[in-house]
Amino acid sequence: MNAIYGLYPDPDSAQRALNVLERSQSELGFEDHDIAVLTGEPYEEYGFGKRDNVTRMPWIAALGGLVGGLCGWWFVGFTQKSYPMISGGMHLVTKWSNGIITYELTMLGVILTTLFTLLITARIPDWFGRKLYDPAISNGKILIGVTNPPEKVREELERRLAAAGAEVVKDFVN
Amino acid sequence: MNKTPEQINQDLLRPIYHTTWRFYAAATVLTALVLAAFFAWGYQIYFGIGVSGLNRPVFWAFYITNFVFWIGISHAGTLISAILRVSNAGWRRPVTRCAEAITVFALSISGMFPLIHLGRPWLFFWLIPYPTERGIWPQFRSPLLWDFFAINTYLIGSVTFLVLPSFPDFALIRDRASGWRKKVYSIVSLGWRGTPKQWHRLEMAMRIMAVAIIPVAVSVHTIVSWDFAMAPVPGWHSTIFGPYFVAGAIFSGIAALIIAMALLRKLLHLEEYLRPIHFDNLGKLLLVMSLLWFYFVFAERLTTWYGNFPSEMSVFWSTQVGSFSPLFWTMVFCNFIIPAPILAIKNLRNKIGWTVAASIPIIIGMWLERFLIIVPSLSHKIMPYNFGSYRPSWVEITITAGTFAGMGLLYLIFSRVFPIISIWELKLGMGKETKAPALASQATAAEQP
Repeated sequence: MNAIYGLYPDPDSAQRALNVLERSQSELGFEDHDIAVLTGEPYEEYGFGKRDNVTRMPWIAALGGLVGGLCGWWFVGFTQKSYPMISGGMHLVTKWSNGIITYELTMLGVILTTLFTLLITARIPDWFGRKLYDPAISNGKILIGVTNPPEKVREELERRLAAAGAEVVKDFVN
Repeated sequence: MNKTPEQINQDLLRPIYHTTWRFYAAATVLTALVLAAFFAWGYQIYFGIGVSGLNRPVFWAFYITNFVFWIGISHAGTLISAILRVSNAGWRRPVTRCAEAITVFALSISGMFPLIHLGRPWLFFWLIPYPTERGIWPQFRSPLLWDFFAINTYLIGSVTFLVLPSFPDFALIRDRASGWRKKVYSIVSLGWRGTPKQWHRLEMAMRIMAVAIIPVAVSVHTIVSWDFAMAPVPGWHSTIFGPYFVAGAIFSGIAALIIAMALLRKLLHLEEYLRPIHFDNLGKLLLVMSLLWFYFVFAERLTTWYGNFPSEMSVFWSTQVGSFSPLFWTMVFCNFIIPAPILAIKNLRNKIGWTVAASIPIIIGMWLERFLIIVPSLSHKIMPYNFGSYRPSWVEITITAGTFAGMGLLYLIFSRVFPIISIWELKLGMGKETKAPALASQATAAEQP
């Protein structure tokens, strides 16, 4: 993988660079998914911070809670029937007290599903993927670039990234 | 505070890269106390539970007091942090991680006490609900089993709540580290890069977690209170025990958080980040909880006195004028009479020293409260011929002291491994603070004709 990217000192210049890249896609021959944005903090107010912000995580978490609750209900009911206590004719499956365990496992389902949905959708852990990165983003710089750009437009891309206000434009080769 | 991202990184990562002699001195003292506690526990295992002060009819005492107390302290973190996240309180940002760490450590410590209390801890797996062929079936009607599920759910949730927002900060350390430290932080940062998708998913996950963890936290201390309230023991069988315990837990938790923050501020030189406004805001919460605590104690005592049942009254009088009264009135002084005036006066509350001075007695008072819930009731049960007393042995006192030292030690180590303030959240908050006036002035200019 290779890339060309600029490091921007503030979100306004980064947004300018993103706008330039989005307008240049068809002209310079790269796709929207080739545009790379990396930041050291979330920028919800800017367009570049809103890329890929559609998720069904809350619904998946709710589903996880439902599954957790059903498992909890089944677990206690199954155990009470399989190992019956002498209850003097009273119910073996005690709904009120079982409800507490069902509740805890419902919440556990929500928590674990949220965790795993985050890991899967954010694509972490990623220890071995040699992807575009620059440690300067941890000092507040914003990385805007293009991955695998066509060879013939590299110089033009570098020029446009610099013109948008990049402090430095770099090549990334892996 | 007007600092660049680089300066913030340097300030907040300094404790991870530089170790002072004070760290080693504190770690040595705390380790010695923890080792003493382990020795005492080993002594108890070898010679049997009889070396403790537990005896008929008081079979729950220091160990269960510590269990309930540390569960309460654990409410400092995740619950407070989650409430502040959900309410979008901007001042929370430097506070949340300090708080969340308290939860994880306090819960871990509290989880040890049922094992210590067992006497034969190698049979701990009997606590775990699993069907066996020995005829020992899981008793799902028992609050002790509800505890197992509630505490474990809360522990898993709290660890997740602490660790999730740490990935970006681990990546920050990874980028600046070298050698073994770089390898370790490369692994624990999970290859975090900071794509918009990663940030968005992380923030969404934190929102869901914050909403989910609040009812779990409330349920944990409610269920701990039901360990007592479900038993027909004088002084325990009360309908308000759930909210009474939850309020007490948040109360002691905030006090612990204030003390921990003040220590970190001093030791790690975080004066510019943990500012008087943070202590002032936590002080306001502490004042509310102090008043609420007093209200619950008064309501509980008044209804007992008005009901005038002989068995309840024997517990009541033992705490008001009897052998437990010095502890009871010390508790009232520590939890209400000392802290409430300090926290009510703004000129005192906004001084960190005074807020800490109000918090220290609360920790003592809340430990006494847990003790006074357990021991007077067990020593004055329904049958008068079964009355007894309790005196802790050196084993219980040493183990109790060791848990406080253990908490300190874990926190000390944590501050050397994790950035104690969530760096990316702090930067995010600062960005919003600086943008807000600019956006407001733009809006005003747009409104003008």
